[in-house]
Amino acid sequence: MNSANKTQTDNLFTPWLSNSVEPLIRFENVTKKYGDFTAIDNLSLSIYEREFFSLLGPSGCGKTTLMRLLAGFETVTSGKVFIGGVEMSNIPPNKRPVNMMFQSYALFPHMSIAENIAFGLKQEKRSKKEIQRRVDEMLALVQLEAMAGRKPQQLSGGQRQRVALARSLAKKPKLLLLDEPLGALDKKLREKTQFELMNIQEELGMTFVIVTHDQEEAMTVSSRIAVMGHGQVMQVDTPDMIYEMPNSRYIADFIGDVNFIEGEFLGYKAYSAVDSTEAGIGSETESLAAIELATDQSTAASTDASNSLASFTTVVHGELLANSEKVLSEHDQVWLALRPEKVEISKTKPTGDYNMIQGKVWDIGYIGNTSTYHVQLFDGSIIKAQRVNRNRLNKRSITWEDEVWLYWNFDASVVLTE
Amino acid sequence: MNKRINWGRTLLIAIPFIWLLVLFLLPFMSVFKMSLSDMATARPPYVPVYDSETGLAGLWQLITELDFENYVWLTEDDLYWRSYLSSLKIALISTFFTLLIGFPIAYGMAKTPSQWRATLVMLIILPFWTSFLIRVYAWIGILKQEGLLNNFLLYLGVIDQPLIILNTDLAVYIGIVYSYLPFMVLPLYAALEKLDYTLLEAALDLGCSKIKTFWVIIVPLVMPGIYAGCFLVFIPALGEFVIPDLLGGSSTLMIGKTLWGEFFNNRDWPVSSAVAVILLLLLVVPIMLFQKMQERELKGQS
Repeated sequence: MNSANKTQTDNLFTPWLSNSVEPLIRFENVTKKYGDFTAIDNLSLSIYEREFFSLLGPSGCGKTTLMRLLAGFETVTSGKVFIGGVEMSNIPPNKRPVNMMFQSYALFPHMSIAENIAFGLKQEKRSKKEIQRRVDEMLALVQLEAMAGRKPQQLSGGQRQRVALARSLAKKPKLLLLDEPLGALDKKLREKTQFELMNIQEELGMTFVIVTHDQEEAMTVSSRIAVMGHGQVMQVDTPDMIYEMPNSRYIADFIGDVNFIEGEFLGYKAYSAVDSTEAGIGSETESLAAIELATDQSTAASTDASNSLASFTTVVHGELLANSEKVLSEHDQVWLALRPEKVEISKTKPTGDYNMIQGKVWDIGYIGNTSTYHVQLFDGSIIKAQRVNRNRLNKRSITWEDEVWLYWNFDASVVLTE
Repeated sequence: MNKRINWGRTLLIAIPFIWLLVLFLLPFMSVFKMSLSDMATARPPYVPVYDSETGLAGLWQLITELDFENYVWLTEDDLYWRSYLSSLKIALISTFFTLLIGFPIAYGMAKTPSQWRATLVMLIILPFWTSFLIRVYAWIGILKQEGLLNNFLLYLGVIDQPLIILNTDLAVYIGIVYSYLPFMVLPLYAALEKLDYTLLEAALDLGCSKIKTFWVIIVPLVMPGIYAGCFLVFIPALGEFVIPDLLGGSSTLMIGKTLWGEFFNNRDWPVSSAVAVILLLLLVVPIMLFQKMQERELKGQS
């Protein structure tokens, strides 16, 4: 995953960690209902100046409604929305310091490209000269100088997208809302445009809030992502934290590919005490032994959780170990979330401190740069393991029906309780 | 290229042209010929009449007897040009009011949830299920001095004296606006329904007020619908006869009424034919304009 915006890698831009910075946008217990349907359910969220903030979620999760509340096209049922410290409930869309780039672009078909870009400036009654200058600036920014006199219908999809962007940027809004801005573009163009958007955002120092259902897009462009579901924010975090430390199965499943292994918490184990050969493997008889083994040891080790590993039992795989910052109590139902690229696959039994499961290759998903091995375990469930194809095809040794070992580090998985 | 004539296609295209030739061009030529003839106390009441027995020489004789006397007469008696002007005025004003009333109706229909729209369209068309004549007659009952409207207003106490509406120009306006409203609403509705309403949100978002959005976004984009509606009302209103005859007064001048008078009261077929030919020419201008508009529209789309 290509994570992390530039602003974030230098570790300077983290206004959400500071208590003194006033957020640009604040949702306070916002609820929005359409009849019986609750689109936004008691949601609170802060977005800071200069952020590139993504609202991510499946369709119907309320992300578009949230954006339309910011633009002023919808009004809250209860709660408050602040932009720049001002409560927005009585401010109509045409009076807000906000511009929006529409999913359909919403370019005015009866106006030329230049007239479209000039539209917002004309409403401010600026001088002709100033408007002309700004329009030229915007056309240069999106590299469409030659198209100024054309009508929107005469442009390609990508060009229209640029005009829409130029039009929404022309008034230098404090806040730019982008509703699925790249949805209509093909993959190559989309990736290119993502980086252009990031550059423009950084250059102009504006705050961007983007609605998208494309998690890769959100990961690429965002300073932070709010993953939404059922009208609520499920997790707000930087892209890397969302990916590496999801707080629920919903998040883990929504962002990227993931394996879930369901189990029961047994207790803690001191790391040094773990002998890989003792860890539960494969068949049911062995796993039973592992549970007993684990329960015995957990009572001894559970006092000092920080230096120890949580131990879990699963119905079939026996005992598995994982790092966990969560405070768990015995017999809690848990899930280990395991990213396919963190699972190693081997034909021979690995040596060392790993969780190990044995299975048979059921299918191979070949993507080109990577292959995903779908390994069927003895209980019929599938675990996916991903490998980078460094070698050419004929040198790869694992194939269908091979008996393989899947193994991963104790810190490769995330322990989830919901 | 295939040079052979595709008979099936030619026939298909020919049918409407033959239809127009037989049912429009030939009658028009007959009326035009009549307008060049002279009135006579005869049957038919004009001369010359072509007698097929006289052959080609007779036809030539007939042509030499035709003249433009009737058209000259139309310019000499001011009744005719006053009728034309009055018709033009009545048609323009009623078209304007039809637009004024029709636009909000069409807009409301276009904004209604889609499951109700078909019903609303049907309600707009519903009046066509009864005879036009009966509907115009019904207005007499409403507008006359002891009619529904006056009784209602008197009952409410808004007025002390019954209003005199029937047999005035006002009644004609009401009749035309009422009768032709569907012709305005339907094309407007078709245009407004196609309108992308996110464009309105985009305009608002860019700081445009709601009222200004109406003028700079909605109106230009539904212009084809406005043109279509206006022409559909204006053209028949210009030659309207039934409404001014039933609802208008003796002072209401409309070319349709004048034509009727010439034809039936004066039995002057040649002059009334000349009136009809001029009316047609007057109508050709807006019709051509309308076609030009449509052509431009089609070009703009491609």
